[in-house]
Amino acid sequence: MAPITRGFRGRRPEADAARVPPGQYVTHDFPVLAAGPTPHTPLADWSFELRGELDAPRSWSWQEFAALPTETITVDIHCVTKWSKLDTVWEGVSLDVLLEGVGTPARYVTAFSDGGYTTNLPLADLRGGRAWIALRYGGEPLEPEHGGPARLLVPHLYFWKSAKWVRGIELALEDRPGFWERYGYHDYGDPWREQRYQGD
Amino acid sequence: MRSIVLSAPGWPGHRAGQHVDVRLTAEDGYQAQRSYSVASPPGEPMLTLTVERLDDGEVSPYLVDELRVGDELELRGPIGGYFVWEAELGGPLMLIAGGSGVVPLRAILRHRAQIGSAVPARLLYSARSPAELIYREELERDGALDAGVAVWFTLTREQPADWSGYGRRVDDELLREVAWPADARPLVYLCGPNGFVEAVADRLVRLGHDAARIRIERFGASG
Repeated sequence: MAPITRGFRGRRPEADAARVPPGQYVTHDFPVLAAGPTPHTPLADWSFELRGELDAPRSWSWQEFAALPTETITVDIHCVTKWSKLDTVWEGVSLDVLLEGVGTPARYVTAFSDGGYTTNLPLADLRGGRAWIALRYGGEPLEPEHGGPARLLVPHLYFWKSAKWVRGIELALEDRPGFWERYGYHDYGDPWREQRYQGD
Repeated sequence: MRSIVLSAPGWPGHRAGQHVDVRLTAEDGYQAQRSYSVASPPGEPMLTLTVERLDDGEVSPYLVDELRVGDELELRGPIGGYFVWEAELGGPLMLIAGGSGVVPLRAILRHRAQIGSAVPARLLYSARSPAELIYREELERDGALDAGVAVWFTLTREQPADWSGYGRRVDDELLREVAWPADARPLVYLCGPNGFVEAVADRLVRLGHDAARIRIERFGASG
């Protein structure tokens, strides 16, 4: 048991505590965090790719991507910097739609973004209705600060895995640490096991 | 704002710009954790955290109002491998701070001085009022005494009568006067509240700075 901090009372969460992973607090803001400046890729230059270890690479222009079927989902999101935001509403294309019919021996992926950001995940975590390429947040087109025009959304993992400004998924046989993972953050990042940093 | 000086036996050392996670535990086991930049440079015997008190915060009011000499805190760290500077990264350095974002940049300047680095460094520090400037005398001294360091302040809401610094929000003209030109390819460290960081980063990129040489730490309003 951790040592008691003299005189600290804290503020008990008003939300259902069962929805808040260990070490997190609920925010009603939507904080913005990033390692570098916000990219602003014109939609005419935008594409989304599936590449790497798969039968045939696939690519969608913005117009093609915007024509794909989308879902609207309400999920809780958890940032490694300790804030959680409950009941966030997104609209996006499910990775199950994008991966449908893809033949691949890959077990891992790297999501890659404008500006050079990358993050790694097991391919299985993109499947089964657990991941989307999100185009809208709160009923509006996704703002650049929050990753627009499109970001990866994988709410069951810490939110650094939900790569902003995503431009594609690279499928691989091995797990390759992405940007934050190489700086000491966890390769998997399960908020319920508090997997914030390497070794957790 | 309050600077807290901690003795941390077993502290593994840190790099300038990194932060720590502080965890508080109430008697019933309830815990709260937040991150704070380390204000002291590597190699000092004690760790200094400079904490801004957020009125609606949960942890910062405790650290600023309640914590007493002799109290113990649980720390985890150092955390963060990207928003760090050490000599091998070179320069020239452009440090841009909004409010309490100056804390990790101060650690970088102290480290630079400590190692006797000749990398030229410029600091632009934006705050709303003179009362909000942290480390003011120390930074003014750096600018005055170290030929390789130049420091500019801008106060955006309230300037004292005898103020000779800037008195407005950071704009392109101010950046052209103060920041290294884009072709000097500075290594930029930008830290502060989100709105400030977003606006300044955007201006720097549009002024021709390489986005890949702009490192950002945003202080979300987490308490």
